[in-house]
Order: sequence, then C-alpha cells, then structure tokens
Amino acid sequence: MTSTSSTFLPDKRSGPSVELPPPDADFARGRARRRLLNWLTAVGFQVPALVLFIGLVLLPMLFALYAAFFRWGGFGMPSDYAGTDNFTRLFQDPVFLGDLWRCLVLVGLSLALQLPFALALAVALNQRLRGRAVYRMLFFAPYVLSEAITGVLFSMVFAPGDGLADHVLGAVGLDGLGGEWFADPSYVMATLFLVMTWKYFGFHMMLYLAGLQSIPAELTEAALIDGAGPWQRFRNVTLPLLAPTLRISVFLSVIGAIQLFDLVWVITQGGPDHHSETMAVTMFQYGFKRYQVGYASAISVVMFGICLVFALAYQRFVLRRDLEGATTNMRGDGK
Amino acid sequence: MGDRALSRRGFLAASAAAGLGMTALSGCGGDSDGGSSDGTTTVEWWNISTTEPAKTVWAGLAKKFEAQNPKVKIKIVQLENDAYKSKMTALTASGKLPDIFHTWGGGVLKQQVDAGLVEDLTDRTKPWADALLPVAKKPYILDDKTYAIPFDIGMVGFWYNKALFEQAGISTPPTTWNGFLDAVRKLKAKGITPLALGGKEKWPGMYYWAYLSMRTAGIDALQKASDDKDFTAPGFVQAGQHLKDLVQLQPFQKGFLGAAYSTPTGEAATVGNGKAAMELMGQWAPSVQADQGKGLGKNLGFFPFPAVEGGRGAITEVFGGGGGHALRKGAPQAAVDFLKFFASESTDTELVRKTGTIPVVPGAESALSDPNIKAVQAQLKAATGFQLFLDQAYAPAVGQEVNDSVAALIAGSKSPEQVAQSITKTAKEEQ
Repeated sequence: MTSTSSTFLPDKRSGPSVELPPPDADFARGRARRRLLNWLTAVGFQVPALVLFIGLVLLPMLFALYAAFFRWGGFGMPSDYAGTDNFTRLFQDPVFLGDLWRCLVLVGLSLALQLPFALALAVALNQRLRGRAVYRMLFFAPYVLSEAITGVLFSMVFAPGDGLADHVLGAVGLDGLGGEWFADPSYVMATLFLVMTWKYFGFHMMLYLAGLQSIPAELTEAALIDGAGPWQRFRNVTLPLLAPTLRISVFLSVIGAIQLFDLVWVITQGGPDHHSETMAVTMFQYGFKRYQVGYASAISVVMFGICLVFALAYQRFVLRRDLEGATTNMRGDGK
Repeated sequence: MGDRALSRRGFLAASAAAGLGMTALSGCGGDSDGGSSDGTTTVEWWNISTTEPAKTVWAGLAKKFEAQNPKVKIKIVQLENDAYKSKMTALTASGKLPDIFHTWGGGVLKQQVDAGLVEDLTDRTKPWADALLPVAKKPYILDDKTYAIPFDIGMVGFWYNKALFEQAGISTPPTTWNGFLDAVRKLKAKGITPLALGGKEKWPGMYYWAYLSMRTAGIDALQKASDDKDFTAPGFVQAGQHLKDLVQLQPFQKGFLGAAYSTPTGEAATVGNGKAAMELMGQWAPSVQADQGKGLGKNLGFFPFPAVEGGRGAITEVFGGGGGHALRKGAPQAAVDFLKFFASESTDTELVRKTGTIPVVPGAESALSDPNIKAVQAQLKAATGFQLFLDQAYAPAVGQEVNDSVAALIAGSKSPEQVAQSITKTAKEEQ
C-alpha cells in the first residue's frame, strides 16, 4: 500500500530543500546558531538521564572492569595489581567452566523445549475456544510472581518425601518417580528447568499470541482456499509471519538464561555441590561471601562480554531483517 | 542510519542484560546518622535476633534503655543471619557501619578493624568489661584490643532425642568416635535416621570437619595451619577420612544435600519433629527446633563431640562462638552506654531467663534453669581449649572454602586429601 501511494506523491524529503532560498552568509550563520540552540536544548533535556546513566551504570561497569585486574577484597581502593591472573584462574576453575556448560544446557533446553511448548499453547489459545481468556490468564500468572516467591514455593513443592510433588506422584501410584529433586546432583538441573519453564512459558506464550493476532486472517483463509492443510497453514503462513516475534523471544530467553540468579539462589544456592550453580551465583559467592571482589569482578566482566557478544551478533545477523524494513516484510520472498 | 540505531539498540540491550552482573558488585549502602537538632541522639542497632522470643525481649530492652535515657532513641534493624552478612559486606565496602552492630569476631571483624571502621573499646569499657566471662570476650580481642562486648557465648555439640536413643538401645551417649559410629549403626538398624543435616547451607557440615580436626590434629594445629597457610598436615586428612567413614554409613535424612537449616523442612525441624535422632549444632538448637518444628521438650539431650581414638585433642576442648556488639568508628557515647546497659547483670539475667543465652556476666548464672543449657554452660566453664567457628576465625575466603570443600566431601565429590589441598590453595591466594 505505502509503496504504491508513494509513487503518486512528490518525494517529501526532497521537497522543502527545493523551496529554500539560495544560501547567503547571514542565513548560514543564523542556521548555525539555531542548530547550536537546538543541540543545547537537546543536551539540556538529556542531562538528568545522562548523569544517572553514567553514574549508576557506566561508571560502576568501568570500575568493575578495572577491579577485575586486581586482587581486591572490597575495602578501600584496589591496589594489588594482578594482571590477567583473575581471568587465567577463572578459566581453570572447574566450577566456572561448569557454569558455562550449565548455561549452554539451559539455553539449549529453553530453545528446544520451553519455546516450542509456549508456541504450541499460543497457537492453541489463538483458536476459538471456550474460556480462552481464563486459560491465557492462568498460563501468564506464574510470570507475574516474583522469582523469590517462585523459589520458596518450589522448594516446598519439591521437598523430598514431604513435598507436594512426591504426594501427587504417590497418589497416582508413581512413587518410584519421586526422588530427591533439588537435593540430587543428577536431577537438580532438570528440576530447575521444570521450574524455569513453569515461570517463563506464559511470558513467551503472550509474545506469540500478540504476534499471531497481527497475522491477517485473509492469508490463512487464502491458504485454506488453496487447499492447504492445518500443518501446511502453520508451516507456510503462520510460522514465517511469526518469525520476528520468535527471534525476539529467543533473544530474551538466551539473555535470561545467561543471567539466571534469583531462582537458583533461593532454591539451591548453586548446590548440591555446585551442580546447579550459574555464573551469577558464582559471582555472588566470590563477591559477597568470600570478599574476593576482584575475582568476582572478573566473572562479571566475562558475563558482560558473553552478553555483549551475543547481543551484538544476534542483532547483526538475526534481527537485522526485522529492523531493516520495519513492517513491510511482505516482499514475498519470506526472507 | 538504520545501522546506527541498530548498534545503539544492541548496546543498550547488552548493557541492560549485563546490568545485573555489574551493578550487583558496585554495592549499595544504608545510612545511619545519629543526632538531631532537639538534642536527642538516635542510635541505630543492627542485630540478627529475628526469631522469638529474643525478638520481643530485645525490643523490650531497647525500650527500657530509652526510658532510662530520655535523650536517646534506639532504632532497631533486624536481619536474618545470611542477609545480615551480605548487607554488612556492602556496608563495609561503602565505608560506614551502623552505630551498634552484631559481630561474631574473628576474621570479618579483623577486616572491618583493618579498614578503620570499628571503634576501639579497650579503654572506654574497661571499668565494667573486666568482670565479663573471659572465654566469651576472646573472639573480639585482636592484638590485645577489645573491639566488641559479648552478650552470648556458646558451643557446638550433639543435640539428641533421648526417646529415639532408647528405642535403639543406646543407654549412654557415646564419648569416642568409634562409639559414635556404633550408635549411628544401631539407630539405622532400627530404621531411625541418625542425623539431620542442612547440606544446602554448608556451614552445618563444616562443624563435623572442624571438630574432627580439633580432635585429631589439635587446636594448635588449626591456628598454625591458618598462620602457615598449610592445611595438608596428616591430622587434617585424617579428620576428613573420619568424616568420610561417617558419610559412608548414610546417616543423614533424605534429601539432606538440598535441606536448609531453619526452614519448616530443614535440619532443625527434622530433629524437632522427631524424624532424626541427632544434629551437631550450637547452643541455639533447642529454640530453633521448637520454632521451626514441634520441639522435643524433655526428650532433648546434649552431649559433647566425642574424642577420636589416638588424636591430639581432648573431649573437653570446645568449638563455638558467641555474639557481640561492636560500634562503628566515631559512634556516639550513647552507644557505649547502651553496651554497658546490655552487659549489666540485670539485662544478662533477663536474656538468660527469657532467651536461653549462656551468661556472660558471672552474676547471671543463677538464672539458668534449662538443664540442656546448664549442660552446655558446664562444658564451657570446664573447657580446656576454645576454637572459634572456622568461617569466622579465618579470612572469609578461607572459611568459605572450608565450608565448600567439606560440603563436597559430604556429597562424595572430593577426597579428604583434596579437601586439605583446596583449603591450602585458597589460604595461599589470600595475602
């Protein structure tokens, strides 16, 4: 629509410049002054936000980067320069290497199970369904709970022997499936992932629902008339048009997994024996339990680096097409 | 243009993403400003008495002090144990501590003193502090200077369920490690869980290793190891081996690796509800058992950590610690007055009677009525040696590494030798 109408109208952007009188010296000076004034006004409005951002975000970040090169206990200014020792130590620490591995596992599981599950629910709840508003609300409710409350709740649900989970399994004759849940090093990650899914699938489902509702019904109808079955309609109409939403949801999910802290801290504190520890938990342990703030800063710098590299690469290579043409993504090539 | 917006957005997203990581470390602090224009002094008092009855009793004492000193207001800030430690770390980094704050002495207090944040109380409290129980003052004396005044002193030992012991045919509590292992076997044979442990929090497990080290290597060795930064002496490895022997009997409750200490499904509640026969815990155990669980009442008993055959330590050497109050550098005189008030005979008598603390003022001893606390106090009075809690005596990183490594030993992922090596490695990293 927009592209056809624009061919009948004169190009707006070149319009005003054509009507400008020929530039003379006075006018140029006036324009420069006006531009300076505009610039100063803009800066003036930005100062409060800029001060807050620099003081509370940028400077602490730079300071953490600085502290990462010192052996520093958090008192006074860092003075014992350690070079890259903290980083060498970090990449030899089995706990931190384990953190990286567990991060990968969580990302993998989220992408392979949690998001498809959310998508399936979103597609189901996008149909005409009795009481679908109630379902939507119910599925979204866990996301509204704070992570600390979720943590306390599920420590009780999965309390070995006495918890709700064991009672429910016992009631349906599946006692054998009950176990030590968070207390068992081999199952703690699986249990944790279950809780994460419970907490976050509703959020992704909501994203998908919003995306689904922006897909014009005509397209699905047209596909229907062309004789496409349900799977074909989903695969060739819904999925391509939902792709921008999917890409954002994957982005949020990965960043969330990299930074995971609250849930783990409340439920297991990274245990048993580091089997559920994440980078953020390790950082907290060193920063606030061991007072090795230099080393903890090194962990935070690595976390920051991972997030930054991922975010930039993802924006550059995956999100580019979404941001480039904005809404006019109907070129027909689907790419 | 699209590209610039893109990269800026990328940067913002990334910085928001890493924001948690970076800002979490930059710390944040509360303020505690005393003094106001109308001549009243507000004194902030940070403590960890979040459980009853201490919570109410302490609030009452603050009111009493305010009544005696109309120009002083006491502002109580109460935080749970771990939350308090985290908060204090942040405050210490920010360079300003509360007027009066709870301390366990040892390594953390030393760091705060070294940072110049704690008031030296040696001269200002001498007239009245000399009369306090010497063993109670020990954790707060650094380089012959007093930095805090104790209100409690205690020790760790086994709290046991007499009815379950009887059921398993154990007539008297064991006094040797082999006897203890036998008792564990007997309890297991009767289908009783011998021990409760809060494995998630790690420090309850550390008590076993610490006591075993005291019994095999000896108290002097623990001090020497800390000074020399070397925990690889045979005594420490043996201690780990003894603990491993115990772990191999599978004496702990189901899911102990994920259990906390003071929650309704935690260690204290497990013993308090009669689901496990013993726990190795400090003198506060009875009140937490009753708070989180039903409590054992008359069935609760106390016995000291057994001696280890052939070891250097004696059964009369105690492992423990207490609670004290330190003042920030430059705290008002009213804060010193409050410490004096809190260490008076009448206050201590009230604390002993109502909250079950162990008397630090000799005159308050007569207020003891609970037979278990009396047993603990008898142990403390007759003690031939005293070792402060390891996570408090040592630098925080070393203390945490002890907790961490012992937790790994109990979970079966570290050998006794590896525990000794890990602690040594961390000790050497600290300068």
